[in-house]
Amino acid sequence: MPDQNALFEFLLRQGDNSLVLGHRLSEWCGMGPVLEEDIALANTALDLIGQTRLWLSYAAEVEGAGRDENDLAYLRDVYDFRNALLLEMPNEDFGRTILREFFFDAFQLPWLTALSSSADERVAEIAAKSAKEASYHLERSAETVIALGDGTDESHGKMVTALEYLWPFAGELMIDDEVDHAIVKEAIAPLPSTIKPAWDATVNTTLTDAMLTRPDSDFAHAGGRNGVRHTEHLGHMLATMQILPRSHPGATW
Amino acid sequence: MVAAQPITEAQIWNWLEDVPDPEIPVISVVDLGVIREVDVSGDGVTVTITPTYTGCPAMTIISLDVELALAKRGLDKVHLKTRLAPAWTTDWLSDKGRARLEDYGIAPPQPAGGPERCPHCHSKNVEKVSQFGSTACKAQWRCRDCLEPFDYFKCI
Repeated sequence: MPDQNALFEFLLRQGDNSLVLGHRLSEWCGMGPVLEEDIALANTALDLIGQTRLWLSYAAEVEGAGRDENDLAYLRDVYDFRNALLLEMPNEDFGRTILREFFFDAFQLPWLTALSSSADERVAEIAAKSAKEASYHLERSAETVIALGDGTDESHGKMVTALEYLWPFAGELMIDDEVDHAIVKEAIAPLPSTIKPAWDATVNTTLTDAMLTRPDSDFAHAGGRNGVRHTEHLGHMLATMQILPRSHPGATW
Repeated sequence: MVAAQPITEAQIWNWLEDVPDPEIPVISVVDLGVIREVDVSGDGVTVTITPTYTGCPAMTIISLDVELALAKRGLDKVHLKTRLAPAWTTDWLSDKGRARLEDYGIAPPQPAGGPERCPHCHSKNVEKVSQFGSTACKAQWRCRDCLEPFDYFKCI
């Protein structure tokens, strides 16, 4: 019998990562720097919210407490979220938004590809479906990081600032903890740390092409994936994201 | 009194050919490749549908349209099943569907990752405007000869 608690935690991590990043990207809707980018950001957000629904509905089934995907997305508080800190960082500007997505996509593609051979059939199916979307996202975010880094003085400067700001948050995606070890025992997923070489390769090539220098330090803030220490930003985001179902419980339209 | 003919799977597939994709109405949901299986062996009819993109809002409409189309033919026991694996691919678009897309002004997907030619003037001199477009399944391209912008059906 698989460890249902660990599986629930694992599924929340998958769902919350795509939910939080999906919501952050949706904040750009109607405000993109050019129409094409606005549409691209909204479409990426849509894919991520679609993936969220698959992960969180499975999480709700595994939990077996009568909650559904909507309850998990809209009625949990900050410390019950299991997303990596990187994804809750505010958008700030287009450069930081794209770099944050790139760091995530560079992890997500090899990660989902690995999950598509999970011993858990549902996990494998969701991952295989999502990997196709992640591959498309990575293509665009990597190209855009290069275009901005190797662009004008202004875009380059903004990417340098974004890199400095986001770098200490990127590593958490690949730090293993006890939930990961419990999941590995069931052959549901590999350890996140095993993705590091693939992530490094993608990130190093892209940063070089973007005329950006990879920071030396590998220090990584953690606390998002286990919910122990989220940043002050997530609560503000949830306040906006959750206001409707919390103010009008059960509302439909 | 003649007993009603039992409904065959082929008949259902035929009827579903008349259900248009809600966002690209020139092709049917069968042409799109999202109908994976029709089964009449159980109680009523079971139609298995796979999503194009996980977040595609048209999927809800497609399910509803399939149910309505079969209800119109007198089938009241229609079960809809969602199947994720194997994941939908643009390889499942029918040849008829691909030809209709081009006639409609949408370049059909190509394994090379970009349109073969402009759907309007058929020039091969085309360029990408954006990797995303008006729906989850499309990207925006432009023809350098006739200068018309056009949608390209993303290849996945």
